[in-house]
Amino acid sequence: MTQSSVDVRSLDVTRIRSDFPILRREVRPGIPLIYLDSTATSQKPEAVIRAMDEFYRQSNANIHRGIHVLAEESTAAYELAREKVAQFIGAPAARQIIFTRNTTEAINLVAYAWGRANLTAGGVGILTEMEHHSNLVPWHILAAEKNLRLEFIPVAPDGMLDLDEYRRLLDHQPKLVSFTHMSNVLGTITPAAEIIRLAHEAGAVTLLDGAQSVPHFPVNVQSLDVDFLAFSAHKMCGPTGIGVLYGRKSLLEAMPPFLGGGDMIKRVHLRSFAANDLPHKFEAGTPAIAEAIGLGAAIDYLTSVGMDAIAAHEQEIIAYALERLEEVPGVKVFGPSAEHKGGVAAFTFPGVHPHDVSQILDQAGIAVRAGHHCAQPLHEKYGIPATTRASFYLYNTSEEVDKLVEGLYKVKEVFGM
Amino acid sequence: MDDLYREIIIDRYKNPLYRGALNPNDISFEDDNPLCGDHIRIDLRLDADGRVSEAAFDGHGCAISQASADLLMETILGKTLDEVKALSREDILEMLGIELGPVRLKCALLSLKVLKAGAYGLGEASDELVE
Repeated sequence: MTQSSVDVRSLDVTRIRSDFPILRREVRPGIPLIYLDSTATSQKPEAVIRAMDEFYRQSNANIHRGIHVLAEESTAAYELAREKVAQFIGAPAARQIIFTRNTTEAINLVAYAWGRANLTAGGVGILTEMEHHSNLVPWHILAAEKNLRLEFIPVAPDGMLDLDEYRRLLDHQPKLVSFTHMSNVLGTITPAAEIIRLAHEAGAVTLLDGAQSVPHFPVNVQSLDVDFLAFSAHKMCGPTGIGVLYGRKSLLEAMPPFLGGGDMIKRVHLRSFAANDLPHKFEAGTPAIAEAIGLGAAIDYLTSVGMDAIAAHEQEIIAYALERLEEVPGVKVFGPSAEHKGGVAAFTFPGVHPHDVSQILDQAGIAVRAGHHCAQPLHEKYGIPATTRASFYLYNTSEEVDKLVEGLYKVKEVFGM
Repeated sequence: MDDLYREIIIDRYKNPLYRGALNPNDISFEDDNPLCGDHIRIDLRLDADGRVSEAAFDGHGCAISQASADLLMETILGKTLDEVKALSREDILEMLGIELGPVRLKCALLSLKVLKAGAYGLGEASDELVE
């Protein structure tokens, strides 16, 4: 993650593919899997599967209170995973890493703990038109409860955020600017550092939804100067059931707890409690221990491949995919040109519903996603109910893009177009 | 097991030399170990040079946490508050002469955490003080 751009190791995709057992399966006899749905969830390398398996076979115990070998081992492994996460995103300290269930829960944690304590009636929060529902609905709920005003940075026709309009919105003296680092539909990579700098100048706290950025390119919380960063393990080669909230220490310390229960307390009496230190204050109940260990293994794996190399590979694939998709008559890909986006191509096919496109592609073993991808307002903006989305990760190849294009010609054939 | 329960730890647990309270005192602070509910209060008296002239602790907990507190009181006698603030987890481990896993480390470090929070005049003790 710290390599310079001149030292990008090019990916040995054949070797990488051999690390992922699922990529060896056939979806039907004689039809190999072509997995183009990593934006929804990534596949898992052997190293992650093995780390979790070994934990359950060797060290399984609850963490933090037990005084026996297994409890010591599981506690050490869980906390080591936290250290790995901190290092991976350049956090100053491991205690600023809160384990949650996923990105969604991390954003809800900020909305419920920070938002409830710091936002008051008439307060303004700025989001964008390209947010995933997970960065919209928690704020809708809070806005209704506290009578907040939400404003949205518009998406320009080229799929980029309209920063001139953002500057105007900042005149409303927002308390919060919460936005995605990379759109899960358009693939747009947002100018996060600039958005954060301007937000801070206006006195706002910033939250970055890193669900699509942290898995795909190097993200450093200190160089971004962001206040909160949320992301999920399962989109970065790790297991489901665990996500991360990074927070600025002063904010986390001042926040009231989120969920109450075991482990988040320093002491409890019948009628009162005192909250524990960071990060435990925000981790009530038995956490996802094996999953944290799996996330640690995923970070080791991604780091050994190199985040710069992964980003460069995806750039190559998306540039090639956009070029090939444009060849197919009628296909319209949404979002900016390749240099401004990650490995996501959401498209429409005139006269054929995305569900049908997806179904026909599936017959060729190609896994894509069809729908509004939890970004319904963005689809409303473009006046379309749904798109078909192909997305790419470190294990995808240009041959798979060719298969996708072949599949789309098959769609034309089936629908007689 | 033999290592963890060295004679000095059992001895200081059963027969602490510094258990008690100092009233009046110059510094007093108390806190809990949230993992097991161990509790420690530390009282200090300082001499004219600002050095610790008397130290006492009270509380309840396991042999590791209580022996650690007792040995720590002995260690800080004659030290300035700056020297007390500079004490680290390594100093405690050296003082105890044992190796500890992450869970028991919290027990061993509770007294240092309380002591440093008191020395710094903090409202609350945090794990950061002993890292």
